[in-house]
Amino acid sequence: MESNNADHIKIVERLKERFAESIKDAAEPFGMLTVSVERKDIIAIISFLSKEEDLGFAFLTDLCGMHYDTTDQLGVVYHLHNMYSGIRIRIKTLFPKSNPEIDSITSLFEAANWQERETYDFFGIIFKGHPNLKRILNMDEMDYFPLRKEYALEDGTRTDKNDSMFGR
Amino acid sequence: MGVSPDIQIVTAPEGAGGEGFFATSLDKAVGLARKNSIWPLPFATSCCGIEFMATMASHYDMARFGSERNSFSPRQADLLMVMGTISKKMGPILKQVYLQMAEPRWVIAVGACASSGGIFDTYSVLQGIDKVIPVDVYVPGCPPRPEQILDGLMRIQDLVQNETLRRRESPEYKALMNSYGIE
Repeated sequence: MESNNADHIKIVERLKERFAESIKDAAEPFGMLTVSVERKDIIAIISFLSKEEDLGFAFLTDLCGMHYDTTDQLGVVYHLHNMYSGIRIRIKTLFPKSNPEIDSITSLFEAANWQERETYDFFGIIFKGHPNLKRILNMDEMDYFPLRKEYALEDGTRTDKNDSMFGR
Repeated sequence: MGVSPDIQIVTAPEGAGGEGFFATSLDKAVGLARKNSIWPLPFATSCCGIEFMATMASHYDMARFGSERNSFSPRQADLLMVMGTISKKMGPILKQVYLQMAEPRWVIAVGACASSGGIFDTYSVLQGIDKVIPVDVYVPGCPPRPEQILDGLMRIQDLVQNETLRRRESPEYKALMNSYGIE
């Protein structure tokens, strides 16, 4: 990674020294340090970032899902924040949609509980080890994961969008 | 009678009157009483509810039509006013509120969202409350002005006044209820 930010370079070096095989890529889109990692080490990497004193990413800002239609990959993005230095880091992990499982980080951050439920609700990503993995925002009877790209955003029960009403 | 010309009272229905008596049909007498004492239950979830607040307040004053008392319990309400976007998760709750109302009961869908889902053509929003409960009057608008809500209420009054006392026992009405899964 080419960077002018000495803090970012040091964080990436520390990660690469500890997790040589898992760190796939590091970049700074819009100035925010972004690291792509393998999902198998996600707990170890986030635990390392939050518990090592010189790194100090002790705050989980956000956790969310994503779906890349072209490669049919699902992903989880973690945002961590060092409250003392003000440095933020984004951890991305991608995996095939056919095997949508990743370890839950609720053992590290209690705040991840509802965020992982929301990610499950919308993308169907299974967080292994989550204490209560069920839908949180959508109705329980919903039988699909609405933010996956293969599902239409529009609702199938709509009846007043008949083209004949608009002269088409 | 010494009624001031500023005070308007409803006119008596058709009937035969004479010295000290007045006779009309029971339907008409009950319709007149019901029409001018509708207790609405506001079920407001978004901006149409804000318009409803203006409708209830002194400037537009829905109480002029006999709807003086808002009922916040469905058990003592005649008219369910649904104002705003109803999500699919809210659908069963709305239906439960409707079921808790005693017959005769009327429903008014205020605004585009309650009527058809409005701009929210999306997986999480109920595409019109008539998917879960029968609706008597639809008020268009996004949101409708208080005048439109009052017009909708007056259309409800027309329905209430002209409804026969046996309508709720009719096979057509029972078939309508059954189509919504209501016994």
